[in-house]
Amino acid sequence: MVTRTTTQTAKQILAEPGAPIVVFDHVQLAFDEKVVLADVSFTVIKGHTKVILGASGSGKSTILKIIVGLLKADAGVVWVNGQRVDQLSEPDLMSVRADLGMIFQEGALFDSLTVRENVGYKLYEETDMPLEEVDKRVEEVLGFIGLAEHIDKMPSELSGGQRRRVAIARAMAFKPSIMLYDEATTGLDPITGTTVDEEMIKLRDLENVSSIIVTHQLRDAFFVAEHMAHRDANGKVEVVPATPQKERQAEFIMLRDGLIIFEGDADSLRASQDPYIRDFLS
Amino acid sequence: MLSLLERWLKHAALEAQEYVRLTRAAFHGVYTRPLYRHDIVEQFDQIGAGSLTVVLLAGLFTGAALASQTGLTLDQFGARPVVGRLVSASMIKELGPVLTALMLTGRIGSGIAAELGSMAVTDQINALRALGTDPVRKLVVPRVLAGIFMAPVLTVISDFIGILGGWVIARYQLQVNSGLYWSSITKGLYMQDVWMGLSKPFVFGFLIVTIACHVGLRTTGGTAGVGKSTTISVVAGSVAVIAADFFVTQIMIALLY
Repeated sequence: MVTRTTTQTAKQILAEPGAPIVVFDHVQLAFDEKVVLADVSFTVIKGHTKVILGASGSGKSTILKIIVGLLKADAGVVWVNGQRVDQLSEPDLMSVRADLGMIFQEGALFDSLTVRENVGYKLYEETDMPLEEVDKRVEEVLGFIGLAEHIDKMPSELSGGQRRRVAIARAMAFKPSIMLYDEATTGLDPITGTTVDEEMIKLRDLENVSSIIVTHQLRDAFFVAEHMAHRDANGKVEVVPATPQKERQAEFIMLRDGLIIFEGDADSLRASQDPYIRDFLS
Repeated sequence: MLSLLERWLKHAALEAQEYVRLTRAAFHGVYTRPLYRHDIVEQFDQIGAGSLTVVLLAGLFTGAALASQTGLTLDQFGARPVVGRLVSASMIKELGPVLTALMLTGRIGSGIAAELGSMAVTDQINALRALGTDPVRKLVVPRVLAGIFMAPVLTVISDFIGILGGWVIARYQLQVNSGLYWSSITKGLYMQDVWMGLSKPFVFGFLIVTIACHVGLRTTGGTAGVGKSTTISVVAGSVAVIAADFFVTQIMIALLY
């Protein structure tokens, strides 16, 4: 009874605007002697964007893996969608993952499956949704990211940028409320990178999805933070410069040696006088 | 020196622990939902039908070589007509199961380790977990079931083809009458031999696939790591098959003879 009431309360809180959808509270993690996260605390607000910056090996991807439950923190508390994922077993994590979409470095598409099967994987394999409905949803999301004509291709037939976009389509197919992007634009040329950035912006603003973006690509980080998607009266979607209010909904975190050395919006990051951050931004 | 040994022992203990954990999870996955039926059928086809050619060739030439070799030895005792009995007993009790298992280790063990290893280093295993799929149920259970049930089927086929290869040599090289060859097989074959020959492939199939899955899923280090895993899987699988053959033989002798 207590659990039910607690769950109901959590759901009520999460339904409100400005609710904390991901909370890291003094999280620590080390692999043998190497400390990856020394003491990390932050909150992601529903519908907002959190951009996690840092050099390679600074623990950015580890944070995403802890959120999804692929790694367990040594200490600290992690809340995702009202559930303490640091205490959940692998079977119990499945309900948390049902509302999380994750885009891995390089896409991590399943080589042996077609684009259609990749995108609809979760719906085909893990739900009872009728096949016609799954096909419809797959076509819908592929249309959303502009890859409808590639539906029957194998991942090996796609370019790097197309693979990342298919990975986004796979993550959004089951309509998660939180998207986690792990270096989604790394290794892509600037034009393709911008296309992927625009998909992230459209998903956030048109589908109201909260985003956590891990990257060391500053250009992409600032582009996502300073632009917004807008649908005009004819239903045409445009990515335009964000309003000041929208810009404030994108927060940056800078990691160094397992600690957060900066937290704030894009303007504060640019204005920072910290020598390491200045070095990173230059 | 001591720290090196200590590290090696710790590593070996960890590997053994993870292997036991994986096999336990695989067993649990066999009788609980969800069961990925499509993947099970696909693995039965890949491991069973896909290995048929290599098993047929290995069985045929082993039986033929065995008949040639034993024919020479039997001649010294004037016992050439019982060559069929020797070929069948050797094939059914020992060579059929072991050679089929070694062929499967090379073909299936390496394939599984390479496939799962590639999936591990390209984050596909993590992607499966993030999409709410248990990799053990999706990837390991279908392969273990196919390994356990297809290894005996392939062994029986290999035994039969080996005896047939022996007959070709007995008939056309050793000039043994066909009727004599086949009757010496049926007269010399005991049910205990059949049980011995049938029980081994279940164990071998299980070992080959679980070792390959364990090694594949724990692959790290990019493409170089995948190559390393493939080698480890074949070497460990082959040694496990030969060692298990000795122990199963001892157990079966104690139980049946």
